[in-house]
Amino acid sequence: MQLARVIGDVVVTRKDENLLGITLLLVQPLTPDRQPAGRPLVAADSVGAGVGEEVFFVRGKEASFPFHPAEPAVDAGIVGIVDHWDLG
Amino acid sequence: MLLAKIVGTVVATRKDPRLVSNKLLVVRAIDPRGKAEGGYLVALDTVDAGVGETVLVVSGSSARMASGMKDVPVDAAIVGIVDAIEIAE
Repeated sequence: MQLARVIGDVVVTRKDENLLGITLLLVQPLTPDRQPAGRPLVAADSVGAGVGEEVFFVRGKEASFPFHPAEPAVDAGIVGIVDHWDLG
Repeated sequence: MLLAKIVGTVVATRKDPRLVSNKLLVVRAIDPRGKAEGGYLVALDTVDAGVGETVLVVSGSSARMASGMKDVPVDAAIVGIVDAIEIAE
């Protein structure tokens, strides 16, 4: 999983039918000191995250697991909203 | 998922039988502001997209979960046509 900030959302009207009802958010991966790490990507949201929040997301087919038994075609999914993180 | 712009089409006569009757497009990744960046890839189209459109591309084994793609040897599928990208400043 990777830390990221939700920086926006994506409006997609015409889409694969198994993506219907799934919120798609634009996330910017972050380093632990909150600097951007790589390019932004689109992730499916299953936890009700909002723009500006810090989250962690999972890549790969596992991104569809929160929607079980449905298997939407998603390769990145937000699976948690981060309250805070600490580096030892 | 990647944001990408469709930049071309691919014609392939000889291909895996499971790819028959599927449309292949050349896409290039873009940043959220629409600037092209990075490499090109060939993606299978499931939403009847066309050249010049901004689309959502799903990669890896998840591409096989797009409708009609079960057991198709594909690692990139276009699963949506992007109407708008809203970025909070």
